[in-house]
Amino acid sequence: MPKDTGPEKTTGIGASPKRREDIRFLTGRGRYTDDITLHGALHVHFLRSDVAHGRINGIDTKAAEAMPGVHRIFTGADFEGVGGIPCGWQITDRHGEVMQEPAHPVLAQGKVRHVGDPICAVVADTLAQARDAAEAIVLDIEELPAVIDMKQAVQDGATKVHDDLTSNLCYDWGFVEENRDAVDEAIRNADHVTTLELVNNRLIANPMEPRVAVGDYNPATDESTLYTTSQNPHVIRLLMGAFVLGIPEHKLRVVAPDVGGGFGTKIFHYAEEAFCTFAARQLKMPVKWCSTRSEAFMSDAHGRDHVTKIELAVSKDGEFQALRTETYANMGAYLSTFAPSVPTWLHGTLMAGNYRTPLIYVNVKAVFTNTVPVDAYRGAGRPEATFQLERVIDKAARELGMDPIALRRKNFITEFPYATPVAVEYDTGDYNATMDKLEEIADLSGFEARLAESKKRGKLRGLGVNCYIEACGIAPSNLVGQLGARAGLYESATVRVNATGGIVVMTGSHSHGQGHETSFPQVIADMIGIDESMVEIVHGDTANTPMGMGTYGSRSIAVGGSAMVRAAEKIINKAKKIAAHLMEASEQDIELKDGKFSVAGTDKSVAWGDVTLAAYVPHNYPLEDIEPGLEETSFYDPNNFTYPSGAYACEVELDPDTGRVTIERFAAADDFGNIINPMIVSGQVHGGIAQGVGQALMEACVYDENGQLLTGSYMDYAMPRADDLPFFSVDHSCQTPCTHNPLGVKGCGEAGAIGSPPAVVNAVCDALQRAGHNITHIDMPLTPSRVWTAMQQSGGQ
Amino acid sequence: MYAFEFQKPTSIQAAVEALKDDEAQALGGGQTLLPTMRQRLASPGTLVSLSGIAEMRGVCRADDGALCIGGGTSHAVVAQEAAGIYPGLAGLAARIGDPAVRNRGTIGGSLANNDPSACYPCAVLASGARIITDRREIAADDFFEGMFTTALEQGEIITEVRFPVPEASNYQKFIQPASRFALVGVMVAKYAGGVRVAVTGASEEGVFRWTEAEKALSDNFAASALKDLTVSADGMIADMHGSAAYRAHLIKVLAGRAVEAAA
Repeated sequence: MPKDTGPEKTTGIGASPKRREDIRFLTGRGRYTDDITLHGALHVHFLRSDVAHGRINGIDTKAAEAMPGVHRIFTGADFEGVGGIPCGWQITDRHGEVMQEPAHPVLAQGKVRHVGDPICAVVADTLAQARDAAEAIVLDIEELPAVIDMKQAVQDGATKVHDDLTSNLCYDWGFVEENRDAVDEAIRNADHVTTLELVNNRLIANPMEPRVAVGDYNPATDESTLYTTSQNPHVIRLLMGAFVLGIPEHKLRVVAPDVGGGFGTKIFHYAEEAFCTFAARQLKMPVKWCSTRSEAFMSDAHGRDHVTKIELAVSKDGEFQALRTETYANMGAYLSTFAPSVPTWLHGTLMAGNYRTPLIYVNVKAVFTNTVPVDAYRGAGRPEATFQLERVIDKAARELGMDPIALRRKNFITEFPYATPVAVEYDTGDYNATMDKLEEIADLSGFEARLAESKKRGKLRGLGVNCYIEACGIAPSNLVGQLGARAGLYESATVRVNATGGIVVMTGSHSHGQGHETSFPQVIADMIGIDESMVEIVHGDTANTPMGMGTYGSRSIAVGGSAMVRAAEKIINKAKKIAAHLMEASEQDIELKDGKFSVAGTDKSVAWGDVTLAAYVPHNYPLEDIEPGLEETSFYDPNNFTYPSGAYACEVELDPDTGRVTIERFAAADDFGNIINPMIVSGQVHGGIAQGVGQALMEACVYDENGQLLTGSYMDYAMPRADDLPFFSVDHSCQTPCTHNPLGVKGCGEAGAIGSPPAVVNAVCDALQRAGHNITHIDMPLTPSRVWTAMQQSGGQ
Repeated sequence: MYAFEFQKPTSIQAAVEALKDDEAQALGGGQTLLPTMRQRLASPGTLVSLSGIAEMRGVCRADDGALCIGGGTSHAVVAQEAAGIYPGLAGLAARIGDPAVRNRGTIGGSLANNDPSACYPCAVLASGARIITDRREIAADDFFEGMFTTALEQGEIITEVRFPVPEASNYQKFIQPASRFALVGVMVAKYAGGVRVAVTGASEEGVFRWTEAEKALSDNFAASALKDLTVSADGMIADMHGSAAYRAHLIKVLAGRAVEAAA
């Protein structure tokens, strides 16, 4: 496949056509789940727990049931014998034991375990009636002490979130366990050990569109349909059908139409989806739920929430010798779909970063607390790995008196493939190239002048640089199966060529902002040599797409795109056979270029449309050799992860009187391998950086000690806005193509969110240290108040 | 939101009559009240909208030179029409909330609500403005009685606010990162008779005057005059966005910046 050839290309791979889907999104003509109004649909309101932990002694729904418009009020008792919300990944701990896996009922049974845990569901003609009736329900809930702090939760005698588990410890994972003693010894004997304790702050994803579910049931055919805001409708169909409601796939359709952002939190199967599907079957009427923003804060899975101690052993001359980490990872009150995999396989396997550290040991203790479940959020495990590694390297450089960039370069992996001590093999990369590019686009040589200029205005200035690597293009099924995944992670595509030559690609990937409807056709157009407008992408409906695993983990182009390429290759092979027949030539001599099949060395040719028409009107057609029609499906299972990497630089200015940090410059040099649409890739990086800067400076999900969510609205949960960010300088011209997928692509969706938090924190620490403050770390988010407080305590200038 | 009755009188007199009902609640621009009702945290039986009362809207100059703003005037109108007369106040209005808030929210509504982090109370107090209601005139110093509490009686409507125009003024707002309300806001206004300094966002008692700073600045209107002053953290708000000590510190920083910007 050709490489990105820059802006001069106007079509196919490497061109930047504008996103075709944006026309409907920006003109209010998208069709989101809440736009789906089925005739006679009932509305559901969930009565949710307002305490973090409590025993349900009684639920009196009598008065509420008599309220106007109420059809039925469901409680946990209605789900006796119905499956619970399943977890999709089982972790085996360092002692060979499987993780503790609590039940997760659709509606609370016996106990409530976090603020927002659904207790009752009121189904009524209108939403207002459902809310009115919910207020008439009399709950008798005995509030219990809540466990919020992870380290307290795992102490002996701590209140248990789940009475039937032995403790609040979900698992105690060691990786690579066989390395444990060797790592301990290397750290004991090291010239120098840099230690850092840090928090990776808990976040709430906040997609623009809140979650919505509409359940429908057709008694005539016994078929259920769920319309839902999902990143992976097939996964929801399998989990909900097989594990919760007992509906076989051929009687269950899941549709995820236009979805307004996911960022991971719409991967998971949620109770509200199962409820609406279940209630629609019970009541034989459609049932609709649309989350309020307040509900989203207390029911969407949260992200991050790690507390980590990391130690890096370094030789006198700056060679990394060993790395040891100990992390407490919050699971919340129940195990969300992929929660156990995030702090383990998506985190521990990344701890080598871009560096040749020979010995690594990662310990993760996953803990249940009386908080909303925590699961994957843009980057999922990899930002947590990158943050601690790049922060400890920065600290080590300062302790050793070395330049942070030089220390990194000294330890870069330079030969590929490279097998890390944490069980993954990087296929390609060139970390010096991205660092060189970064130094150029960030104008690092001009920093001193900018520093002087800031000083003149009474401001501090700092520079933070870091690298990142991520494992995405998730994932080889046989590998993840060994690691505890209860799913395969291939992707699928059906390429349907119509009689007159137009093409529909039905993909198992799902676009909820990524621009697949634009970028996927570029690949097909390039392969066949036709105009992109002849290609349409269909996704998001289990009824008309092959079984696919959806979009997360920067996997769509690397895995879904590869499936599409494989299917298109089958199409081209078959079309060549048809063309050979039409031109009475040998199949081996047929060439496809610019939408035309020609016979090599002759002027004979037939157009794409001639061949596609022949496939469906097979009058002059080799029926004895090949079937009519032109439609092919492929399932692509990658044989490795992909490993995008890059180098990021952030320059901040800091107001010493108030502690306020402003991002003045931000540069990102990424290696995503080959690139389909450079404009879309830049947009993905921009969005990722905005989220990473949000985490670093502004965002924090905060619970009080009783488990009340203090950041329950945008009045207290700070989202980054456009004026919090500078113009970004992004570059993805360093390209080491992936060696194992047909497009040579690596994926770009999460990079910005992975690479940017350490750059920001490194920059703030740099600014403070240049001003004489003895500050080696401040926990995110670096709000003005936190920075100012740290400055007061450090006693610098 | 619960069901409610809705009235939209066109005169102050009619609004006063409508508000005599115990279940009635005046509605200004609705920027606080409507979200509260949506969350079912308020349930007035009748909403009496003041937005149909033409005599309560607009900006003009009184014979004594005071800037008069109708109680139903939106922040956006103040930002535009007061700019040439009282730029410190217009600048404050221009930075309240976002464009939607500024075009719906009214000065009367903001003052009647007296949110401890709101901007307008700070301007009213720093200017020694007079609050005109349907039944009386209230001095700024007598109007604000603590968080969300004012001297207004049940059913009393702010019809106008009269601001003496200062020689120099400035408002410095340090935003709370999430809500973008004032984490601390300080307004400094210099009059012939002396300097007034008001602080919002910081105190558990709501907006207040920093009298030590007023005295120092009345003697010497320069940021350096504040050098030896300190603000006690006692009684300051402490939350996840800032400690009491941080807010107390910001008051001094922002007051100095306001003086520099005004001078």
